[in-house]
Amino acid sequence: MSNLPILPILISIPLIGLIFILLSSENDEFALQSKRSALWTSISNFLLSLYLPLNFDKSIPHFQFVNSFGWFNSDNLKFSLGVDGLSMPFIVLSTFLILLCVIFLYPQKKKNMRMYLASFILLESFLIGTFSSIDLFSFYIFFESILIPMYLIIGFWGGERRIYSAYKFFLYTLLGSVLMLLAIIFLYQEFGTTSIPRLFDFSLPFYIQVWLWLAFFASFAVKIPMWPFHTWLPDAHVEAPTEGSVILAGILLKLGGYGFIRFNLSILPDASIFFTPFIYFLSVIAIIYTSLIALVQEDMKKLIAYSSVAHMGFVTLGIFSSNLQGLHGAIIQMISHGIISAALFFSIGSIYNRYKTKEINFYGGLGHKMSKFSVFFLIFTLGAIGFPGTSGFIGEYLTLLSVYSKSTLVAFLSATGVVLAASYMLILYKRVFLGVVNERIEKKTERLNIFEILTYSILAVVIFIFGIKPNLILDYTSSSLERIIKLYPISIF
Amino acid sequence: MFFLSIFIPLISYLFCVIFKSYLSGKQISLISCGLLSIATTLSLISFYFFHINGDSVVLISNWISSGSFSVDWSINFNLLSCSMVLMVNFVSTLIHIYSVGYMNKDPKRSTFMGYLGLFTFFMLLLVSSNNLLQLFLGWEGVGLTSYLLIGFWNYKNSANDAAIKAFVVNRIGDFGLLLAIFTIFVVFGTLNINEIMILVNSYSDSYFNFLGIKIHSITLISVLLFIGCMGKSAQFGLHTWLPDAMEGPTPVSALIHAATMVTAGVFLLILMSPLIEVSEFASKLILIVGSLTCIFAASVAIFQNDIKKIIAYSTCSQLGYMFMAVGASAYSLAYFHLISHAFFKALLFLGAGSVIHSMSDEQNIKNMGGLYNKIPLTYLTMIIGSLSLIGVPFFSGYFSKDLILETLFLRDSELSSYAFLTGLLAVLFTTLYSLRLIIYVFHRKSMADEKVVAHIHESPFIMTFPLIVLSIFAIFFGMFSNSYFIGSDYLSVWSEIIFVDKSFNENFIYENMPIFYKKLPLIIIICGIIISYLIYFSFDKFLPVIKNRLRIVHNFFKNKWYIDEIYKKTFVFLAFYLGKGFWKSVDRDLIDNLGPNGMSKFVSSIGLIVSKMQSGYLYHYVLSIIIGLTLLISLYTYIF
Repeated sequence: MSNLPILPILISIPLIGLIFILLSSENDEFALQSKRSALWTSISNFLLSLYLPLNFDKSIPHFQFVNSFGWFNSDNLKFSLGVDGLSMPFIVLSTFLILLCVIFLYPQKKKNMRMYLASFILLESFLIGTFSSIDLFSFYIFFESILIPMYLIIGFWGGERRIYSAYKFFLYTLLGSVLMLLAIIFLYQEFGTTSIPRLFDFSLPFYIQVWLWLAFFASFAVKIPMWPFHTWLPDAHVEAPTEGSVILAGILLKLGGYGFIRFNLSILPDASIFFTPFIYFLSVIAIIYTSLIALVQEDMKKLIAYSSVAHMGFVTLGIFSSNLQGLHGAIIQMISHGIISAALFFSIGSIYNRYKTKEINFYGGLGHKMSKFSVFFLIFTLGAIGFPGTSGFIGEYLTLLSVYSKSTLVAFLSATGVVLAASYMLILYKRVFLGVVNERIEKKTERLNIFEILTYSILAVVIFIFGIKPNLILDYTSSSLERIIKLYPISIF
Repeated sequence: MFFLSIFIPLISYLFCVIFKSYLSGKQISLISCGLLSIATTLSLISFYFFHINGDSVVLISNWISSGSFSVDWSINFNLLSCSMVLMVNFVSTLIHIYSVGYMNKDPKRSTFMGYLGLFTFFMLLLVSSNNLLQLFLGWEGVGLTSYLLIGFWNYKNSANDAAIKAFVVNRIGDFGLLLAIFTIFVVFGTLNINEIMILVNSYSDSYFNFLGIKIHSITLISVLLFIGCMGKSAQFGLHTWLPDAMEGPTPVSALIHAATMVTAGVFLLILMSPLIEVSEFASKLILIVGSLTCIFAASVAIFQNDIKKIIAYSTCSQLGYMFMAVGASAYSLAYFHLISHAFFKALLFLGAGSVIHSMSDEQNIKNMGGLYNKIPLTYLTMIIGSLSLIGVPFFSGYFSKDLILETLFLRDSELSSYAFLTGLLAVLFTTLYSLRLIIYVFHRKSMADEKVVAHIHESPFIMTFPLIVLSIFAIFFGMFSNSYFIGSDYLSVWSEIIFVDKSFNENFIYENMPIFYKKLPLIIIICGIIISYLIYFSFDKFLPVIKNRLRIVHNFFKNKWYIDEIYKKTFVFLAFYLGKGFWKSVDRDLIDNLGPNGMSKFVSSIGLIVSKMQSGYLYHYVLSIIIGLTLLISLYTYIF
């Protein structure tokens, strides 16, 4: 393996790009200069992030590409970066989605576009930092920093009730994070280190694990989000601008799932077993309850937001079913939901840019006017309902399979979510795209532009690739996940 | 070659989609017909040379591998898959050809041809799969294309609703199939069909904890599989989508909702027959549900007025026969009826399509009449199809259906004798509704308005050609091929793939069947013909009177036993009611008001109280200092 410090490079390229964006001229109407810099930054970062999977050694379960720097002049507190099979796919997903956001934004006009792009590029850097941190402190710092650009994106460029939503988002997430900070400080006090790989080797007494577990849980359950901590998500999505929703659903939610695997499962295995029924309970409620709510939504974004909660329910089920299929399923489900929900939010953005409303009732017969778009949307819908051959199926299938071997009741109840998902997504598709073209649509039609077609084609192809060849992801993650499962005591179920 | 015959329809789909804006609709349609004919030829060749190659599995690539779980992309080449592929490709080609004429004026005809190709591909994938997950892909895939094709004329709201209903009801069945697949993996540790068949016997006593109840694992698997099949094959309870699915273009109804997709459920049970055979309970359940569907659908079909809905209920009822055969362990006969049904039912649908086409898209049989001399070729083919459906001797349907009835009679159990009686009653009903259709459409005096009548014309050759070919099969298929399914030589060939009771061959049936019972179906058919003649010709004046007298009974059948209404009032209503309730009461009122909104209200109200204390008057502060000090001192003295 070469000694290229790839992770620091990946984190710092957006920061360099940021300088260019901020230096670009302010008076340009289309903000072309800043768009160009953002595009180059995200393209180069995406291509560079592909260096990781290409040079990744699949057989090593430990962290690779490790880089450490001093921090606070202390030996124990270090700024260390590294990836293993668990975090690597998420880094690529982040750079991929940010790139798509920039492509999607390219032909658009927006007030203060320069700052908008800058927020996304900054976000990219923080996201890569979060996923590649192998030290609790640097993880925490990146994890929290993400809130700043996200808060700005919702609060500045959002819809009418943006301030309320931004506050709600911030309050919820911050509350969880404070508890996590306490847990991190406690771990440092106890072991004198915050390095994640070293924490794997320690084992804690059960009652301490329980408290730490709850502290981490608070943070990640809000993030992912689990029932009943989910109410910030629909509001945030409805108010957030399109690209904000894409990143929120595509990557930020995955931080929760990532955190569960990385901390709750790996460092606190005994408590994880203890709380497994609790997680099952919340996940099953999340799946059925939010699916039913999605059935009656009148706002497209809210519908997708609620469906996200249901999909994340499968992720938590998979994670805590604690065998390889479950973890694999959870990871595929996260990646696939990252792609599919991003695609759906982009699509809603396309519709919204044309007609300026997200009310489902406003539409009807859009498919006759935008036939290509309706095909893309159908593909994304299929992904969302877990149609075999798309990536969504693999995730749902593997998690349910794994849960089924632990508890048939839980699998049975959560599999009803599959039926409900088909209902609400197809009803949405019908109400927007099928039927007679109404006069509101008739008045004004605008075909997809080349940037939109590019975005959707890429997303559709990726959905099918991972549906037909999920091993492209599974192979990378196997050895790291096997290590986590080995740490896991035999399950009581 | 076999591989190609499966993937050519996919190529046809891709071709139609990619070139639809470059080539004219006609060119695209012809090319896709050409591709499908090539696929049929290839499958015929591979079927012909089957005995040379024998069973084999073509491995394409690995699909999912996760720890102990591993599934491949692969294709199974054996007698069952080979013959099924041939049948599907053959019928599909004929329907492609028919669609060229039928969809002639539709602006989206290239898309339509593409969807037909895609459907064929998924169906072929389903029947040729070597593992259950890939089968599930085909299974869902045919469901998807069925959804797309039912809703093909999507400016009609009823078509869209029917499409969604079809998909969702099928999903409920798929839910059962998915659970079956999970159970199979947990019990057997593999999803490979051949491996499962080898393992069945060693697991025949194993038990599985399902929802807290210990159940014989193979019974559980069989029942769950059957639930999946009920959805796809429109068995009683999950049948509601099939009549509504007639909103789609008629070639679709012929291909998907008669010949191929709806028989997928029967096919799956035949494929998994060694498993089902182990569980007596599952066989009984299948027999009961099959008979119930058979009689229910036949009884409803008599009271329908939409020509396509009558045939749809008839399909439902015929599928009931196939399930009865499965329940009576006569899997090869179920397969026989599956194939012969594919021919005559596709024929009937295409004939109905031809009628609708000539009547300017009229579907209500009450508005037709007197067509027999205007569209003679269609009339003739419809008669052939109906005779075959009723089971008049020496037509295809006679061989396959009567064998099923005879088997039911010869199985010495109480349940199968009941099933036999139900089957006989269904024969009567079948005769009634078939003749009613023929009489209303072709005889009696014309009810259509003049404009339509003036426009009546025989369909073009491209539409009648498939009718003629299918008629030939509807007449002769049963006669020439019945020994392939029941003859003792062929039973041993089948026994390598599916479960076969070898003692139950044609000689056995021939020797043991009392002559009266053997002729009973024929007697019933003759009775049916007499009854319908009396009703529709001699006493047709009394018909409205009887209808009025027996209004409740009439409405009960006409409204399909009110099953749709019951579902709407319970499940659909409940889901939406709960959704609204959860959203408004729990999410907004409870969680938000206790959570973030409540918290911020709480903080701001505390803030208000605290800010009131900062009054700015010196005596307020002095007072609070004094109170505070007193409290502290008294506490201090109290504690120490």
